Amino acid sequence: MRKTMTGLLAGIGLMWACGTSAQAQELTIFWAEWDPANYLQELVNEYEKETGVKVTVETTPWADFQTKAFTEFNAKGSAYDMVVGDSQWIGAASEAGHYVDLTDFFNKHKLNEVMAPATVKYYAEYPSNSKKYWSIPAEGDAVGWSYRKDWFEDPKEMEAFKAKYGYDLAPPKDWKQLRDIAEFFHRPDEKRYGIAIYTDNSYDGLVMGVENAIFSFGGELGDYATYKVDGIINSEKNVKALELYRELYGFTPPGWAKSFFVENNQAITENLAAMSMNYFAFFPALVNEASNPNAKVTGFFANPAGPDGHQYAALGGQGISIVSYSENKEEAMKFLEWFVKDETQKRWAELGGYTASAKVLESPEFQNATPYNKAFYETMFKVKDFWATPEYAELLIQMNQRIYPFVTAGQGTAKEALDSLAADWKATFDKYGRNK
Amino acid sequence: MATAVITSLDTKSRAASHGMSDIRIRNLFIIPTILFLIVFNIFPLIYSLGYSFTDFRASSNAPANFVGLQNYRELLNDTFIWSNFAITAKYVIVSVTGQVIVGFGTAMLLNRDIPFKGLLTTLLLLPMMLSMAVVGLFWKLLYDPSFGIINHALGFGRFEWLSNPDMALYAVAITDIWMWSPFVMLLSLAGLSAVPKHLYEAAAIDRAGPFYTFFRITLPLVAPILMIAIIFRTMEAFKTFDLAYILTSQPTTEVISIRLYKMAFQEWQTGRSCALAYIVLIMVLAITNIYVKYLNKVKER
Repeated sequence: MRKTMTGLLAGIGLMWACGTSAQAQELTIFWAEWDPANYLQELVNEYEKETGVKVTVETTPWADFQTKAFTEFNAKGSAYDMVVGDSQWIGAASEAGHYVDLTDFFNKHKLNEVMAPATVKYYAEYPSNSKKYWSIPAEGDAVGWSYRKDWFEDPKEMEAFKAKYGYDLAPPKDWKQLRDIAEFFHRPDEKRYGIAIYTDNSYDGLVMGVENAIFSFGGELGDYATYKVDGIINSEKNVKALELYRELYGFTPPGWAKSFFVENNQAITENLAAMSMNYFAFFPALVNEASNPNAKVTGFFANPAGPDGHQYAALGGQGISIVSYSENKEEAMKFLEWFVKDETQKRWAELGGYTASAKVLESPEFQNATPYNKAFYETMFKVKDFWATPEYAELLIQMNQRIYPFVTAGQGTAKEALDSLAADWKATFDKYGRNK
Repeated sequence: MATAVITSLDTKSRAASHGMSDIRIRNLFIIPTILFLIVFNIFPLIYSLGYSFTDFRASSNAPANFVGLQNYRELLNDTFIWSNFAITAKYVIVSVTGQVIVGFGTAMLLNRDIPFKGLLTTLLLLPMMLSMAVVGLFWKLLYDPSFGIINHALGFGRFEWLSNPDMALYAVAITDIWMWSPFVMLLSLAGLSAVPKHLYEAAAIDRAGPFYTFFRITLPLVAPILMIAIIFRTMEAFKTFDLAYILTSQPTTEVISIRLYKMAFQEWQTGRSCALAYIVLIMVLAITNIYVKYLNKVKER
């Protein structure tokens, strides 16, 4: 009996030891359910071939991504070794200790020089200008535009446009032209509409759409260093930008008050709109004839300039972080070593991922690889992002609450909406003791 | 009698004669059930009550600090929260009233000799058997201004049901009415079939009109069971989340449950959201209490 027990315990011990060892050969990356996650899975399959370490990219729909990730973090769960978290999460996740500090790794690999500056600033560093890094820029992304080249290049349309507006019909150079073109093509009787913009108020859709206008008008959301918002978020420039966004909403297809990336691609594939705002990450579907019957006649342009020539875009995309509660931190670190290599970043871009590597982005090979890569490259060097403070979700909800009724229903004025937002944000920063 | 059986733990009971004593039944079934209820219902309830007096945020590793009634005070002074309550109240009134009118009306029509009555009743019950998510997505398509069948059928052109902030709440309520009127209908049918026939015969002999018969015989006798349907539906409508969340995410349809969800799981204001949950709980209890008192009065008549 004693021998049996000893044997049994030895067996269990061996199994446990083998189990631990097998676990170290597997890594799980958590991300949202979209095409780049599939490209990442293809990329990490190559890592498995090289090293024998199996990496699984586990995904969840965008709507659940934040909740699911933070529920796991809060429970200090080790289900995920790495997470490709949204740029806004970085404050909340780093202050709460959910992310491993990657500052040494960052400095060792000189990622400050390797990656595009904006991606380092918004995907990796927190607090702003602190030189502390929590993520490796993974999926660079920003908001750009697609348009119907066949509509734009139709001689009759070109003639009519020039007669009405006095300049040639072409991809807009500024937001005024964007508005004119949207108005020109807005023909509800023909079931053709001018423009598709983000309006979904459940996460950051509408906010990012409005940010595109605000940043290009030379406005800001606030002072990220001092948390001052009054006079900044409700500045004259921002009021003008929001008014124009509201005007653009008038040229969208019917029922467009709850639209985000899916609907905005559909606007092009289903012949609904002349121009459509979307993240660059969703543009591969627009050049694929299987998913877009208009693929051959779809063109792309970067977010146009504002009235004073400022040209910025809202930042999308994510950095990859190691979860503090992972049981395979060392293995995850090895994976990141591989991920930041030039050849891996090049391969990542070839597979369809949007690398943040400046070298790859600048290469003619990358810029000519797709019809939108050049616009993406131009955009990635002029992007700005939302607040990344731990209370970003409250700020996001407050912004949605204030601007959504104005944009989609014309309730109140842009000035009133932004003044109220400034008061909300100030109260929130006061509550968390952030005002300096 | 039932209490006596449970508490006496009689070893010579019928269960005992089948090989299982009352004590064994208690140990096997009743105690685990009570423990399960305590662990999964009572404990979280008390735990969350404790959190409602703190500034705890589940997304941070910081400890919870006791803030007294601050969360409750701030919530009750928050204009957004009051507007969420006002939206909820409007929704409850429209939705429950609609369900009572449609449900009771349908029950009145079915409470007569018509062909295929059983089949018809079963078919009418189908909406409430569907999942909320399916109903939400289904009605989202029906309401679509471009290809939705509702606009086509009503000749409304490109009327925007869900995008229009003034219409969206009614659109959600219409869907809820469609889904839950069968529940009211079912209970009403039970009440109507229990009304003694001789009362109608006596009314007919007295040459009472249909209006008089309805208000003096039918309604008073069905009222208690109708009140039960109203209590259930009010409680459910007060807690509505899925339909409003799936169909539209307008500020004008942000009922209190959606606000609570956002506060708890998007903003991670755990302590504050616990306080809000308790405010909602107290409100639901108060409304239910009023209904129950009214129900007792109706029964006494």
